[in-house]
Amino acid sequence: MNLPFLLEIGTEEIPDWMIPNALENLHLLFEKLELPHESVTLDATPRRLVLRVDGLPDRQADSEERVLGPAKSAPPQAVAGFARKQGIKPEDLVVESTPKGEYYTFTKKVEGRRTIHILADALPGIILGIYFPKTMYWTAKNGPRFIRPIRWIVALLGEETVPFEIAGVRSGNLTAGHRSLGAREVVVTPADYVERLRDHYVILSAEERRGRIQNHFASLHVKSGRVKSGRVKADPALLETLTYLTEFPTPITGSFDPQFLELPEEVLVTVMRHHQKYFSVEDAEGKLAPQFVAVMNIPADPEGFVRSGNERVLRARFNDARFFWETDQKKPLVDRKQDLAHVTFQAKLGSYLEKTDRTVALTAELGGDGHAQRAAELLKCDLTTELVKEFTELQGVVGGLYARAQGEPEPVWQAIYDQYKPAGLEDSIPRNRTGQIVSLADKLDTLRGCFAIGMIPTGSRDPFALRRAAQGVVKILVEGKLELPLRGLIQPDEALVSFFEDRVRYYFRDHRGFKYDEVSAAMATKEADWANLVDLEGRLLRIQSLRTSPDFVPVVESYKRITNILEQGKYIPADDYDDYGDYEPGAELALYQYLVQEMQGRPIEQWISGLQPRLASFFEQVMVLGDNLPVRQRRLKLLRGIQNEFTKTADFSLIVTTS
Amino acid sequence: MPTFQQIIFNLKQYWADRGCIIQEPYDVEVGAGTMCPETFLRVLGPKPYRVAYVQPSRRPADGRYGDNPNRLYKHSQLQVILKPAPADVIDQYLGSLAAIGIDLDAHDIKLEEDNWEAPTLGAWGIGWQVMLDGLEISQFTYFQQCGGIDLDLVPTELTYGLERITAFLQVKDSVYDIDWSSDFKYRDVRYADELQYSVYNFEMADIPTLWKLFDLHEGEAARLLKLYDPKAADKPRFPLLPAYDQVLKCSNLFNTLDARGAISVTERVGVIQRVRKLAVGVAQAWVDQQQEAAQ
Repeated sequence: MNLPFLLEIGTEEIPDWMIPNALENLHLLFEKLELPHESVTLDATPRRLVLRVDGLPDRQADSEERVLGPAKSAPPQAVAGFARKQGIKPEDLVVESTPKGEYYTFTKKVEGRRTIHILADALPGIILGIYFPKTMYWTAKNGPRFIRPIRWIVALLGEETVPFEIAGVRSGNLTAGHRSLGAREVVVTPADYVERLRDHYVILSAEERRGRIQNHFASLHVKSGRVKSGRVKADPALLETLTYLTEFPTPITGSFDPQFLELPEEVLVTVMRHHQKYFSVEDAEGKLAPQFVAVMNIPADPEGFVRSGNERVLRARFNDARFFWETDQKKPLVDRKQDLAHVTFQAKLGSYLEKTDRTVALTAELGGDGHAQRAAELLKCDLTTELVKEFTELQGVVGGLYARAQGEPEPVWQAIYDQYKPAGLEDSIPRNRTGQIVSLADKLDTLRGCFAIGMIPTGSRDPFALRRAAQGVVKILVEGKLELPLRGLIQPDEALVSFFEDRVRYYFRDHRGFKYDEVSAAMATKEADWANLVDLEGRLLRIQSLRTSPDFVPVVESYKRITNILEQGKYIPADDYDDYGDYEPGAELALYQYLVQEMQGRPIEQWISGLQPRLASFFEQVMVLGDNLPVRQRRLKLLRGIQNEFTKTADFSLIVTTS
Repeated sequence: MPTFQQIIFNLKQYWADRGCIIQEPYDVEVGAGTMCPETFLRVLGPKPYRVAYVQPSRRPADGRYGDNPNRLYKHSQLQVILKPAPADVIDQYLGSLAAIGIDLDAHDIKLEEDNWEAPTLGAWGIGWQVMLDGLEISQFTYFQQCGGIDLDLVPTELTYGLERITAFLQVKDSVYDIDWSSDFKYRDVRYADELQYSVYNFEMADIPTLWKLFDLHEGEAARLLKLYDPKAADKPRFPLLPAYDQVLKCSNLFNTLDARGAISVTERVGVIQRVRKLAVGVAQAWVDQQQEAAQ
């Protein structure tokens, strides 16, 4: 008999961003039970994590187990004792030969356990084993921990309750509806569960909730009343948040006084998005429209209370922002520099004023012009503004906006605006050269300072986001094509150098998609410094395109052979080249000529295919490690010359070939 | 439309009906209702407790000379402590909103993750901010630690921003326009406070004097804590509550000095540590003193 299983963990509101991972985790833990089943469905709202399984057997299959008894030579009392222990007669035992000799054995029938019992035993551990980033206790000290208090549990296998208890909550067949619109207790079966929830204003499927929100966006296009040809700005992260923050999402459109559009769009959008979780709306030209879309957790707003409430809250927020915007303007950024003495950067690294001075100096060192130095000087002044105190996520952006309003030249205000870019590997780098230099200086100063005082990220601990800063440095250098010698800027701090080495690897491998061995080979070669990132990128691109050429594998194999021979021959470079005599006409001379005429000073892709046949005949016809020392040295020197041309691109011995 | 004071009466009655002691505000300046001994000390230890009170909460840096319609130096916070938290605590909370005239069917209520932490008190908890039609009206916290001590029973702390809730219900854009009673506006009662304390906190507070006071209160608290003897037979009479008052004084002085811009980079973390050390010291001694008293 195949049974459906329903598990609903009823909780108080779980933080939206933790829900998808928790479900995945619940699924994984369930699969570890290795119960045979057909399909698994996972669902969640803020108040419930739900696992539904189809096709579970009523009980597990019976099995047989062979129990090994005493040896055949054992005294009869021992044999009788064994039989008694197994609950059978001695004559029911059989003698079997095993590698150790002949033994009495007994084949025991093990009855399959009922699935309901397996589940009842396992579920408390599974539920409390779900991983959450931060948990709490709620019954009392040392009580069970979960993300939020568990208030009910539905656990049904078919019509039967899977009985267990967690934190004083007994499993059963009672779920709960929507907080304000549904019943506190609703009887369910696996068959009617979803519909019963819907009757009580809970839409179980995240897909369906997301759809309800998105449908409203579409309807904005056709609505002619409040919004004229408005379009909701796409915001997948916010959509996800609202999907998991509601059980019955219903979007509504509100509006605000167009006068507020005088404020910078960045500020308005931040208020709407981060503080109010509203979608913003743009007009046909892509300009911000005086509307917003809020998502309620109820089906309708017939009286318009919710809409007007949200509009009032937004008005107050915008009024605050305007007040800050106007107040801040009374003191230009440049006059705020000295105030940075009162803003701590880091206890041991001093104030932001000290950091500013260091960043200005570093900007000059990096070749930053007058604009760059001006930007560096004003870079952190927005930290003292009311607007940034209120909207910390707008650090930098606000400084840029004020700089623009205060008449700073475009390169300067843009550099300030973009200083925290790139926010991640997917984000773009600062848009102009000035911004790139200043952003590098700021990030490098942070990295150097933190490493100098031993604040080195470990595991998940990285309070100053140094990984992101270093990643940003790498991205700016490479994508800005800035030929700055990174090594000189991070030495002599060995820990910082190796930290960067990891970031560079990560960038090229995980972000740019170069293969593991390509990155290792390009970074390991002694002929080029990996810390010259523009050069490194160029070499990687070469290797990548070579890899598709048919000559690649044989050439790499030959390279490895050259390396082996040089090691075996214990070749030590010497400059007394001519003493070894002339190249022998034939393969040796041909190879030598190819080296000096075609290879030296030219990029690898130009000579690699021509090298292969010459190298092959050289190895075929010439004995390198012969007894004649001068000849041997000459040939080794030739091979070293060939090797050198390779290693200008990469250490090809690290390239993995399948042959 | 309920007046400001009617809303307070209704909430107090509601929680009194659910077993809460109704306390009056604590008479030492605090930055939040959590700092009152009725919360900070009562949440410690194994004894159940239920209390509600309106606490004027002073945040010197938030003063705006009475100019800003939403920001106040001193706002009124209704604080409810339910120790231990009942299983239906959220329903009880929602019931309190209904009791002040909020129709839950017609408004949008969301619980959004917002964990609470007070470094100067060595306290933190897990919880939400409660959003009503997009307005944050309450903070809802399950305390986990206080004074650096894991709590035996998990209390819920509910705080209501009374000015905001009233402005919402009375449909007023400025807190100064809300009706405190049928005859008086909020402005009539509190405007002078806002203006004068802003002037004092931002312009006129004498920095050396405040530092001197800070040192004196700190010294007094530290002196008392040093004298507390866990083995003393008469320790129930030891003045830990007065010692805690000294800590609260320090905390308010710190906030005032901070608003005055008198706390330098290097000092700031250190001063927070000094207050925290005292708060944690009182909490630990208090737990010890209560254990003895319970036997």
